[in-house]
Amino acid sequence: MVVGDTVATDTASRARELTTEALAGDRRALARILTAVENRTPVAEAALRTLYPKAGRAHLVGITGPPGAGKSTLVSALIAELRGRGRTVAVVAVDPSSPITGGALLGDRVRMQSYASDGDVFIRSMASRGHAGGLASTSAAAAAVLDACGFDLVLLETVGTGQGEVEVAAAADTTVVLESPEMGDEVQAIKAGLLEVADIVAVNKGDRAGAQRTASQLRAMLVAVARVGTARRGPAPGAGTASPGGIVPSDRPRPKQPEVLVTTATTGEGVPELLAALDRHRASGLVSRQATARLARAEAQVWAILADRTRADLLAPARREATETTLRAVADHALDPFAAVDRLLASLQKS
Amino acid sequence: MTDRPIKVLIAKPGLDGHDRGAKVLARGLRDEGFEVVYTGLRQTPEMVATAALQEDVDVVGLSILSGAHMTLVPRIGRLLREAGLDDVIVVVGGIIPDDDAVALREAGVAGIFGPGTTIAEVGEFLRANARPRD
Repeated sequence: MVVGDTVATDTASRARELTTEALAGDRRALARILTAVENRTPVAEAALRTLYPKAGRAHLVGITGPPGAGKSTLVSALIAELRGRGRTVAVVAVDPSSPITGGALLGDRVRMQSYASDGDVFIRSMASRGHAGGLASTSAAAAAVLDACGFDLVLLETVGTGQGEVEVAAAADTTVVLESPEMGDEVQAIKAGLLEVADIVAVNKGDRAGAQRTASQLRAMLVAVARVGTARRGPAPGAGTASPGGIVPSDRPRPKQPEVLVTTATTGEGVPELLAALDRHRASGLVSRQATARLARAEAQVWAILADRTRADLLAPARREATETTLRAVADHALDPFAAVDRLLASLQKS
Repeated sequence: MTDRPIKVLIAKPGLDGHDRGAKVLARGLRDEGFEVVYTGLRQTPEMVATAALQEDVDVVGLSILSGAHMTLVPRIGRLLREAGLDDVIVVVGGIIPDDDAVALREAGVAGIFGPGTTIAEVGEFLRANARPRD
């Protein structure tokens, strides 16, 4: 017990020290908090309790799209544009972890090298660590830490995504989906998934043949179709982007009508227009949509913590054996998973 | 939650363009279960130090084939110390003459890996010598 108290005190004072330094602008302390968040240590929890109430001011922008579409290069170009206007910016760039070894190659910084001596740019790579939605499970918390530390914008760059990784839409206020020229025919543009959650679609590599045509097709299929759809559709249960079955979806039955832009990240062409579109989206009447995104974000974080806590409680020494017996019974098909959850929840109630 | 991968920065400071070795090592360490931040060619010492700080890496691995290691490595070491990253170990790979290796070790370099080193050896060294994770 004495040992436990000492650990708790150490954790609290370490967290207090790091948060005080990070809030005062110490980038090393900020980096160490982010590591704690990634590793989900007790210091991270204590730090987040202090930092979360200070967050909520930054514009959280998600950047997603297929591998090689130019996400990192576009982020780099956006940083240049933002810095030219005196705005501060942090980046959380996620790359996939190996499902086999747990290792990861985080290569997004290769395209973001020009800001080494600029204290108002902070770039952090994160491995997805087995999380499948395009981000790491701790990316939203990392963004909250950067937000609390006063960055004007926090850019969340996902792993290269396909059609289904829509989680970023819940983590960000504004979601930019990148496409390459000749991404496919118009049918690709009307499939459900990633493009549905875009607030802005950027057709990157605008200097390649076909970029304008791809943008026109996307405009035709996304914007025009969304208008028609809006007129005809009633509420669609579960149509939400963030958390199927959560409290959010019924609020957002209508498809978005994204702006479609053409950018050339390597030259910076179209990037001022992209930033203007981001600012427009933030300032626009889509505030209710953003409130919905924020609620989805809160929900996702709270459910995740609830799941973690529940699991930790069920695996605490007093319950571990019973929990493992229940899990084995499911593995043996002696118990169905629903009955197992009934049993586990009941064991939590008799404390 | 208990499994915290060691985070390694692989950087290629200086002006030579031979990054095959750095890429192979980055890929190999990935397969050894490390989280590798690869920053690519032509890094200035300042870029290396900034990346090490922002990424909060446990290890800085420098690949140098240009012969400029006696200039670049001590400078990077100094910048890391100035940034408060005393607990980050620095390792160097490339063509380093024996006399220089002695001097670099005295300047604080934890490991020097020449041609013929296997990736498994590097991985083992890093697991044994990287700072403990908190």
